[in-house]
Amino acid sequence: MALFHLEANGGGFVPPSTADFNLPPVFGNNQYTTKPILLVFLSVIVISIFFILSARKAATVPSRLQFAGESIYGFVRDGLAKEIIGHDFMKFVPLLFSLFTFILTNNVFGIVPLLQFPSMSHVAFPYVLALFPFIVFHWVGIRKQGLVKYLKGIAFMPGVPAFAYVLLTPIEIATYFITRPLTLSLRLFANMFAGHLLLLVFIMGGDHLIRGVIGLKLVAPFSFTLAIVMTFFEFMVQCLQAYIFTLLTALYIGGALSDEH
Amino acid sequence: MKGTLNLVGYGLSAIGPAIATGLIFAAYINGVARQPEARSVLQPIAFLGFALAEALALFGLVLAFVL
Repeated sequence: MALFHLEANGGGFVPPSTADFNLPPVFGNNQYTTKPILLVFLSVIVISIFFILSARKAATVPSRLQFAGESIYGFVRDGLAKEIIGHDFMKFVPLLFSLFTFILTNNVFGIVPLLQFPSMSHVAFPYVLALFPFIVFHWVGIRKQGLVKYLKGIAFMPGVPAFAYVLLTPIEIATYFITRPLTLSLRLFANMFAGHLLLLVFIMGGDHLIRGVIGLKLVAPFSFTLAIVMTFFEFMVQCLQAYIFTLLTALYIGGALSDEH
Repeated sequence: MKGTLNLVGYGLSAIGPAIATGLIFAAYINGVARQPEARSVLQPIAFLGFALAEALALFGLVLAFVL
């Protein structure tokens, strides 16, 4: 069994944990210049440059770059805002579009070589991001229906027998003020966190195996292959999460705008 | 052998959302197969349901690390 002895090179395998997400500061000892913060700044720069370049020479017959930029914009405007919010959707397109591109870029940083860290795997960023939809959909609802009517619509859902309010009112209030922003941010965070951890397991595992004895060296390529497969899977998840975050934001805004509520 | 039972608990708690997600996408595929032109209507609904079911699994994941 010495062929598969894990302790061959002394020291067992240390599985990746939450400690792997606390990266040291990039510049000296300044705790405000950690990798995720720099990545957020980088994402803003990348998005700005991309869309300024793609919109600068707008022509009737679009260039490739313009087509790429417009198809992303069209996807958010027609696929999300128009479909879900309905008429009056143009007001919310800038918010949805910024959220979508910002989240997408930050997520995809998780698999870009050399960067390889999804900034959304630090929970602070999704918390702040979920604050925008939270404030916006309440604000929109209050503006549309007035404060009292809006809160009454939340707490006392029309068309329900009176005794059901005992159960329904706390649930509805918790849904609108606690669960919605919390799930919105935690979903994004947990997906990015779990995805990064998954890649770490396979890459660090493969790295550990390839340093082992000959029997383990033979298994290491499988670990690395799976890491590559999982990277593609992660790309899908990252796009999906950006889409879902924007979709839910649009749904909440649409819900606050609709009349029957 | 060292480890934490949290992960076993998380594995068990992930069964529910896994089945739920499977059912949601089964229904979505069924719907699109029967009526391909309904795809654009069904897609946001399917992903919304998926997101809601998945949230439970992700809460479990967060708690598995926090507790």
